[in-house]
Amino acid sequence: MPLSKEEVRHVAMLARLGLEPGDEEFYADQLSGILGHIDRLQQLDTEDIPPTAQVVAVASRLRDDEPRPCLSQEEALANAPAPVNGFFRVPAIQEET
Amino acid sequence: MTSDDLTRLTITEASRLLRLGSISSADLVTAHVDRIERLDKHVKAYLRFTPELWEKQAEEADRRIRQGDAPALAGIPLAVKDVLCVRGVETTAGSQILRGFKPPYTGTAVGRLFEAGAVMLGVTNCDEFAMGSSTENSGYFPTRNPWDLQRVPGGSSGGSAAAVASGEAMIALGTDTGGSIRQPAALCGVVGMKPTYGRVSRYGLIAFASSLDQIGPFARSVDDAAIVLSLMSGLDPLDATSSDRPGMEVLNNFGAGVKGMRLGVPREYYDVKGIEPGVKDAIDAALFILRQAGAEIVDVSLPHTDYGLAAYYIIAPAECSSNLARFDGVRYGLSEIDAPNITEEYLQTRRNGFGTEVRRRVMLGTYALSSGYYDAYYLKAQKVRTLIKRDFDQAFQKCDAIVSATSPTVAFPIGAKTQDPLSMYLCDVLTLGGNLAGLPGISVPCGTADGLPVGLQVLGPQWGENVVLRVARAYEEASEMKAEVAGVV
Repeated sequence: MPLSKEEVRHVAMLARLGLEPGDEEFYADQLSGILGHIDRLQQLDTEDIPPTAQVVAVASRLRDDEPRPCLSQEEALANAPAPVNGFFRVPAIQEET
Repeated sequence: MTSDDLTRLTITEASRLLRLGSISSADLVTAHVDRIERLDKHVKAYLRFTPELWEKQAEEADRRIRQGDAPALAGIPLAVKDVLCVRGVETTAGSQILRGFKPPYTGTAVGRLFEAGAVMLGVTNCDEFAMGSSTENSGYFPTRNPWDLQRVPGGSSGGSAAAVASGEAMIALGTDTGGSIRQPAALCGVVGMKPTYGRVSRYGLIAFASSLDQIGPFARSVDDAAIVLSLMSGLDPLDATSSDRPGMEVLNNFGAGVKGMRLGVPREYYDVKGIEPGVKDAIDAALFILRQAGAEIVDVSLPHTDYGLAAYYIIAPAECSSNLARFDGVRYGLSEIDAPNITEEYLQTRRNGFGTEVRRRVMLGTYALSSGYYDAYYLKAQKVRTLIKRDFDQAFQKCDAIVSATSPTVAFPIGAKTQDPLSMYLCDVLTLGGNLAGLPGISVPCGTADGLPVGLQVLGPQWGENVVLRVARAYEEASEMKAEVAGVV
């Protein structure tokens, strides 16, 4: 199924990927080609086939809830692009009214 | 012994010389650094070097060897793929979005090799976030194949494969999500192994597709790969998918030879579309050698092979679109935090930080998971994954291990597949089934075609690393096909 430029714009926004001029055509073309190959999955009857949820059977393990050493505040913030007073600076999510 | 001779050794050989006192760990490091200085400007296997680590670790290794309590990998030079966190060492997943990121901790697999005495030389190049089959998608520069500098080393762990092939490291770590260890190992003429899903902890691995990713070794002999794998395997409370099976079981009986074993040749792999005649000839010769060594070669079928690539290119991108959502410019990495609002901040950070292939896969995965398409794509692909796993279960009723080519082609020229993503994806058509089914697999050198290395793939049932290693070792011994070090220039 070919992907339209509008769908590329929609998917890019869902994924929070900024597009550059020409990207809509470029990705519409390339993703359509890949989806063309992927469409062969529809040839298979999978009505009674369970989806793979986990490929290797590993049971969940529990552990005691005990305090353990962890990163210091300084270490946790060492890679932060814009730390402020021991916090991560984040973009505002509300606008001033 | 010349300095270059020291860069051709295996772990077994180097450990003997170290324990005899004929060489020191410092000598091994110097020999490798000399070779890197001469060759890496051509091969470009490494992104960055770790002199503080190698000095400290070599000194510690030499001290412990003198004291007579040297651990298994004391003094062995190691290269690490740029997706595995090492405390204080810039780790970027081959991406500009993580430029400058220095992890505050070391991942489990690398940490276990450090405890075993390995000496880290540096960080190797890879396709961005391990997405690719040629290392051309690196956000920094492409790596070249040491056997022909105009060709790719394969990928995504191309830097690690090229480092071992060129004598710039004795062993290296890679990761394999669809073939990213085995395919570059084949194209560079070295041994590369992907373990069973859950064998090696992924704590400290920058995730690509979490239901598929595994960490594994590159080496120049099957014995070396087995030693490294056994040392990094086993339960880790920090990775809920890691198994409590003992790591040492991968070595069980692995020197026993192939006499009496049944080796399955899937006809869909043997005659896969696009397989080069020279690759097929090399595989035929390998099958002949295995038969002569006492194995029975049996015909098996993996009927859903033609659907594997399609299922993989839904599942892996879907998981990557979720895993890569964390790169939001707030906690680490590139940040456009001064954008006018939060949406713009995300859009600009991710546009400026991710390369073309990563963007392509994030969009593909987002599309497959989006409202209205989930059942048709993601759920369908997970059902087909079940069919592919059943194919392998049925094949292993008839054989102990599966053998095939690792890659349908030898190393291809740089640029040959970059314009057509589907042609690049087809590089992994013989390896990705092993990831979808969670199986262990290895690639070992099996001769050349047109002067370029060909790899023989051995796949085993889940937790059958010892079976896979046993076949690979028997082949290596019978064929006398030791991985060689490329002359480069």
